[in-house]
Amino acid sequence: MAAGAKAAARAGAGVAGAGGRSRTVFSGLAVTAPNGSTTERFWAATLAGVSGIRPLDRFDDSGYPVRLAGQVRDVAGPEQIESRLAVQTDRWTQLGLVAAERALADAELDPAELDPYDMSVITATSSGGNEFGQREIQKLWSKGPRFVGPYQSIAWFYAATTGQISIRHGMKGACGVLVGEQAGGLDALGQARRALVDDASVVISGGTDAPLGPYALACHVSAGQLSRGTDPASAYRPFDAEAAGYVPGEGGAIFVVEREDVWRARGAGHGYGELAGYAATFDPPPGSRREPGLRRAIRLAMADAGVSPDAIDVVFADGLGLPAADLAEAEAISAVFGPYGVPVTVPKCLVGRLQSGGAPLDVAMALLAIRDSVLPGTPALSVLAPGCDLDVVRETRPAPVRTALVLARGYEGFNAAVVVRALPGDRP
Amino acid sequence: MSRWGAVVTGVGVVAPGGVGRAAYWDTLSAGRTATRGITLFDPAGFRSRIAAEVDFDPRAAGLTEAETERMDRSAQFAVVAGREALADAGLTPDLAADLVPPERVGVSVGSAVGCTMRLEDEYVVVSDTGASWEVDPGLASRHLYRALVPSTLAVELAWTAGAEGPATVVSTGCTSGLDAVAHGVQLISEGSADVVIAGATDAPISPITVACFDAIGATSRNNDNAAGASRPFDRDRDGFVLGEGAAVLVLESRRHAARRGAHAYADIVGFAQRSNAFHMTGLKPDGLDMAEAIRIAMRRAGITPDMISYVNAHGSGTMQNDRHETAAIKESLGQAAYGVPVSSIKSMIGHSLGAIGALEVAACALAVEHDVVPPTANLHHPDPALDLDYVPVTARKNVNDVVLSVGSGFGGFQSAMLLARPGLLAGE
Repeated sequence: MAAGAKAAARAGAGVAGAGGRSRTVFSGLAVTAPNGSTTERFWAATLAGVSGIRPLDRFDDSGYPVRLAGQVRDVAGPEQIESRLAVQTDRWTQLGLVAAERALADAELDPAELDPYDMSVITATSSGGNEFGQREIQKLWSKGPRFVGPYQSIAWFYAATTGQISIRHGMKGACGVLVGEQAGGLDALGQARRALVDDASVVISGGTDAPLGPYALACHVSAGQLSRGTDPASAYRPFDAEAAGYVPGEGGAIFVVEREDVWRARGAGHGYGELAGYAATFDPPPGSRREPGLRRAIRLAMADAGVSPDAIDVVFADGLGLPAADLAEAEAISAVFGPYGVPVTVPKCLVGRLQSGGAPLDVAMALLAIRDSVLPGTPALSVLAPGCDLDVVRETRPAPVRTALVLARGYEGFNAAVVVRALPGDRP
Repeated sequence: MSRWGAVVTGVGVVAPGGVGRAAYWDTLSAGRTATRGITLFDPAGFRSRIAAEVDFDPRAAGLTEAETERMDRSAQFAVVAGREALADAGLTPDLAADLVPPERVGVSVGSAVGCTMRLEDEYVVVSDTGASWEVDPGLASRHLYRALVPSTLAVELAWTAGAEGPATVVSTGCTSGLDAVAHGVQLISEGSADVVIAGATDAPISPITVACFDAIGATSRNNDNAAGASRPFDRDRDGFVLGEGAAVLVLESRRHAARRGAHAYADIVGFAQRSNAFHMTGLKPDGLDMAEAIRIAMRRAGITPDMISYVNAHGSGTMQNDRHETAAIKESLGQAAYGVPVSSIKSMIGHSLGAIGALEVAACALAVEHDVVPPTANLHHPDPALDLDYVPVTARKNVNDVVLSVGSGFGGFQSAMLLARPGLLAGE
């Protein structure tokens, strides 16, 4: 079995997908999210409309103009990390390590059976090891430079999660770390697909973030986009007439993606779907009268996947939860699909915005929607904002899903779009 | 299918020793060191009190007061270098839209530690010098979120160039610069952009970063001989000297550069990245993973070891690196390793973490242009265990047809990039 996979990996791209390249298969996934710290708990909660948004309880936030956050709880997470590793990693990396381990188990992939140079790790992050860093910087400024610990240099920087996953699982292929705020998680998956062309046959990809430390949250506050709401059910309501900001959250999703021929030769793991299309664009500078880049990202990702608008069964929208941004996104979606032309959903209203973890979580939901023929809903939506001519999926409902579009936008202009599609053939 | 590659048509630099491309090449070709006692803050109480600082006046460098206020020092470096690169390529922002559609311009910027200096400065304010774990968000500047998320670096470069294609930050620690430039070449090679503004920036000379390297003994404590402290390959080296700066390149497809008659410095013709999956900071002395990266980069460029005219080394100035890297060069180049000049410009401009890789690619492009190999400064007493030609002290005339640049960083990442004289390897 493993020998077959190795042989397939050496033989190079075998099974061609659209555009003549081998398909990129999602063979394993794992979620850590505020409304469920494992994939199945998260998915059950999401389908039931159970929110993970609660009053922030990690520190005394009475001086902050924000009351709610999406915190990962019942954490079977960091506790799983042995203490030696726990002391040298930030919470963001621990969430990534736990998810990577579970994603590998989900894919039934034992890294020891593959060539180390054939396995890569490519993740996204936005705020790195901010909480670890705050602890060390506090020691520095309150006690002095000699009190800064030896692990600051490896825990804080943005490459820590990729590096630790690579070391833990012996993955020596081309590794990467991309930062594009909320859009970066899709960029990581796009980069993983590139790596599968000639750098690797298996990639651990996706993203997590944990930006809820006291200092990181103060940074969030400074941008003026956070909801001041106190009701978890309505504080973050994208596309709603009363949308007034987002709730920050932590967590994300990590995937095992494989070249289709390698995955078939291995004969194990799931076939959640393929990464069929990806594109990224950037908005014109402030003050420009040119159109924002999201519509173009959607068009490019669909062209990359070789699909037309009528093939898209559902759109997982970015849903920033601020009126102008929501309207711009709705206009981009309507420009491609027509008004009310496609089911649109924003289940992240149940968990908040997870920075680089957010879009991977949406991709995980899209794949699970394909698996279970169901559309998760957007229970926070009450009254659609004027001009947002969207067919929003309010309550979870059964529906066949073959192809889904996931959108993400990052702070100050990043746009990314991904198309995921059910695999054809014998391993649905 | 055309080969992987792109042309360097513009070079912009902010480096220790002087702002601008001309000053940079003057520093390197004169073999002048720019390391000195730290002036950016009072380093009393730190073990390493030396660094390679940029004498940088944002206003003199052309930034407005508003730009200076909203940008961390690393972003300021990137924008100043970006503007110089665009002008050098004949693509000043007011001209660019006429020559290249904004949708076809991408951005790829590397950084290891992002906007850490601004984060630290503001932390001191909002925490009352680290007095408590909670901070006062009311004291934060309105730009603080831009410092938390290093994606801001891509934002600023995209605005500088009016770029609306794919934009991202690549943050793989100390290989960020090489990896970001390679990502830019990839965007061009796959057809996602015609022009990419690619480079890297870091401004890490602040107390927390100096303290974190102090804590692991990675930096030189040769405080009494600041100008001579960065001494890669010398028996008296005792660690790296922290640096700062940025280099930004304009990359174009060969066809695009030829069509508009752009001056070409060099072609980027090959790249590979591998990881050691061994240790976050440790390197095995055998250098096998860096050797693998070099071998694959050569294979992709279609060259043999004897074609390499110059090796721009990682040469950080630690014994661990010197031995690891020397072994990697010998392992990958074989007998040819003994006939090729190998030098480290970190001996002059220090180690600016993620930025250095782009500064080294810029140095390689200029080395091809001028047919000069910059020296390894301060190399007066060669380590007897190292047996390559490290170009001590004085620059050397050399026909630089094909140049190899390598990088190695925390997380275990190893990168190798090949540049060639314009047209030499193209069009096959």
